[in-house]
Amino acid sequence: MLGTTIREVSLALREGRLSATELCKKCLKRIKKTHYLNSFITVTEELAMKQAQEAEHRLLRGKPHGPLDGVPFSVKDNFCTENIETTCASHMLKGYCPPFNATVVQKLLDQGAVLVGKTNLDEFAMGSGSTDSVFGPARNPWSYTSSYREQSPEQDPDSDWVITGGSSGGSAAAVASLSSFMALGSDTGGSTRNPGSLCGVVALKPTYGLLSRHGLIPLVNSMDVPGIITRSVQDAATVLGVLQGRDEKDSTTVQFPNLATSLPEDFDIRDICVGIPKEYHAPGLSAETLTQWGRVASMFERAGAKVREVSLPHTQHSIVCYHVLCCAEVASNMARFDGLEYGHRSAVESSTEALYATTRHEGFNHVVRTRILSGNYFLLKQNYDRYFVKAQQIRRLIAEDFRRVFQSGVDVLLTPTTLSDAARYSDFIQEDNRTRSAQEDIFTQPVNMAGLPAVSVPTALSSRGLPLGLQLIGQSFQDMKMLTVAYWMEQQLGFPIIRFHDAAERNTDERDQGEECKLRS
Amino acid sequence: MFHPSSDRWSRLIYLSAVNIQKSLLLARISTQNYRETAARCKCSATARSLHTTAPLRPAEPRCGVSELHAHGVRTAGRRAVRCRLESSRSSSSSSSHNSKVPQFPTWEPVAESQLPPPTKVSLDLVDKLERLALVDFGNQEGIVCLEKAIRFADQLHVVDTDGVEPMDSVLEDRALYLREDTVTEGDRAEELLQLSKNTVEDYFVAPPGKNKAKCNV
Repeated sequence: MLGTTIREVSLALREGRLSATELCKKCLKRIKKTHYLNSFITVTEELAMKQAQEAEHRLLRGKPHGPLDGVPFSVKDNFCTENIETTCASHMLKGYCPPFNATVVQKLLDQGAVLVGKTNLDEFAMGSGSTDSVFGPARNPWSYTSSYREQSPEQDPDSDWVITGGSSGGSAAAVASLSSFMALGSDTGGSTRNPGSLCGVVALKPTYGLLSRHGLIPLVNSMDVPGIITRSVQDAATVLGVLQGRDEKDSTTVQFPNLATSLPEDFDIRDICVGIPKEYHAPGLSAETLTQWGRVASMFERAGAKVREVSLPHTQHSIVCYHVLCCAEVASNMARFDGLEYGHRSAVESSTEALYATTRHEGFNHVVRTRILSGNYFLLKQNYDRYFVKAQQIRRLIAEDFRRVFQSGVDVLLTPTTLSDAARYSDFIQEDNRTRSAQEDIFTQPVNMAGLPAVSVPTALSSRGLPLGLQLIGQSFQDMKMLTVAYWMEQQLGFPIIRFHDAAERNTDERDQGEECKLRS
Repeated sequence: MFHPSSDRWSRLIYLSAVNIQKSLLLARISTQNYRETAARCKCSATARSLHTTAPLRPAEPRCGVSELHAHGVRTAGRRAVRCRLESSRSSSSSSSHNSKVPQFPTWEPVAESQLPPPTKVSLDLVDKLERLALVDFGNQEGIVCLEKAIRFADQLHVVDTDGVEPMDSVLEDRALYLREDTVTEGDRAEELLQLSKNTVEDYFVAPPGKNKAKCNV
């Protein structure tokens, strides 16, 4: 039952075949069972049961709020949730309980969805592994599946578990491990799509300006968007339909006229032109990912879609440009953490400067501090033109590259999401955070620079038994059109459902699958 | 400095090495485990260096800009052969390769000579940045990290941006929504003050500024 999609479980709830409280209990039990994944920072058990009970009353009366009523979800811990601790996985905000809900969280709660917990991430969403959190790293649920364990040379899963990817690793793991039906992540340089690809779930980055950022603790104001993680493309479209729209509290949201709220019924793949940007074969791309990329391109061709090679010439400079702009905006955004109004405050009271400096030293980890210092360097008067403005100029060139390709008749672009499948934690930490981010974000961050929508679709399992994903990039505000192509792709690929290796887990799996059959009938 | 002509030669050499060694290595491959991530990383790094002369992104640990050194073709050739065979093995097991998808990396390497001289962060600059950022470097490692970040960013300079307008926001061609200038919420001072560790009445308490503190008798 936990492995079903939102569509299926919502129908079961509305038809009375399943109760909201029973579903909530199962999810909470699942969270407890998979606590070793470290995907949750806070589990909101009482609140979730209360929300589930309210949903049940509505469902019994036949008056659900909508397709998400009674459906459990989780939220990345950099979204503000009223009276629920919001830490950003940092000492700086440990114990911080916001007095308001982020707009996207509020919208889900208004629809009757049930919040089960706040998920783990890299500190302040800086990272591509979910390994730099004060609560410890998040583990990829696929580390514990039969497909991985059976071919792994190690007997002990504690020694060779793989990373979730980042920075929304906890959210992706929560959905992949069947603890939630949907999760909110944030995407600044690929932070939703990267873990989505490594954890084998659908990860959507909407167009910049479509979803409100109010309540999302900012990293890079000009690139951040809330991301949506689900187990099926149809579900992602449902959640997008609920969350999109202008918010008075976020002036960077756009009211786009005639925005579709669901996937169109009439769709012919032969009308679609898929572009393959040649610069997305970057050094380090794994052979298996390359094979899948080719396989899916052929799949589109065989079905009658037009597939052609295109060029985005400034792609390889995008990661450097992102590095500079990200550090610069981070330096500015992190300035609000001074210990006075909220968050951690150091005991040093000799002067304001000393208070600020020690608070920030104690509150931030090495990664955050380095980015702040780099950002301040790039923003110095003597460097401003050579680094910051230069990066902004390159940003325009990158956005222009995309615009030109889409204007030439291409509907969507097909690219890899990550270089390869998930790395072992022990290998991943051999390099520092900045190096890893520079390697792992290459396919995802150009999309943030241009503000376009993109979705990572689980494609196949690698020879190590781990998920591989491919990315579709769409045109601005054409999110539903892009998702329609993704839906078609998903239907053709038939990505396997996760199967845990542990015998006890398997028994639960089999029982759940039996219930799933009953639900689907 | 890596010469483009020597790149052509090294590719010719390694391609013929593939043909000669393919049958010998196929037997070895079946008994070897290519699934170690670390090995794959090293392998692809070597393949990278052969295909594109030198990778743009950091290939070696803790290096902002990859070094351009000529890899010994013989040793690199053997490792590269393994990579190529692995990819041909996986591609032969699925449908034939799609011609629209590039089979080799397409990135152009960036030579050290194209970059400005590396920046050394002086003690003065450390002091200035620490004051501006109100974050300390911690130790020498922090300074080295910053120097690497700057070196990585130096790659911006190879791009020609003459006459290009800087881009602040992707929504630059839209008029942003402005609401009426009326108060719609507020009066939550008590709630907000509760979030702070040190308040007095309706004030957040802060120690005096550095200069004032010095003068304090």
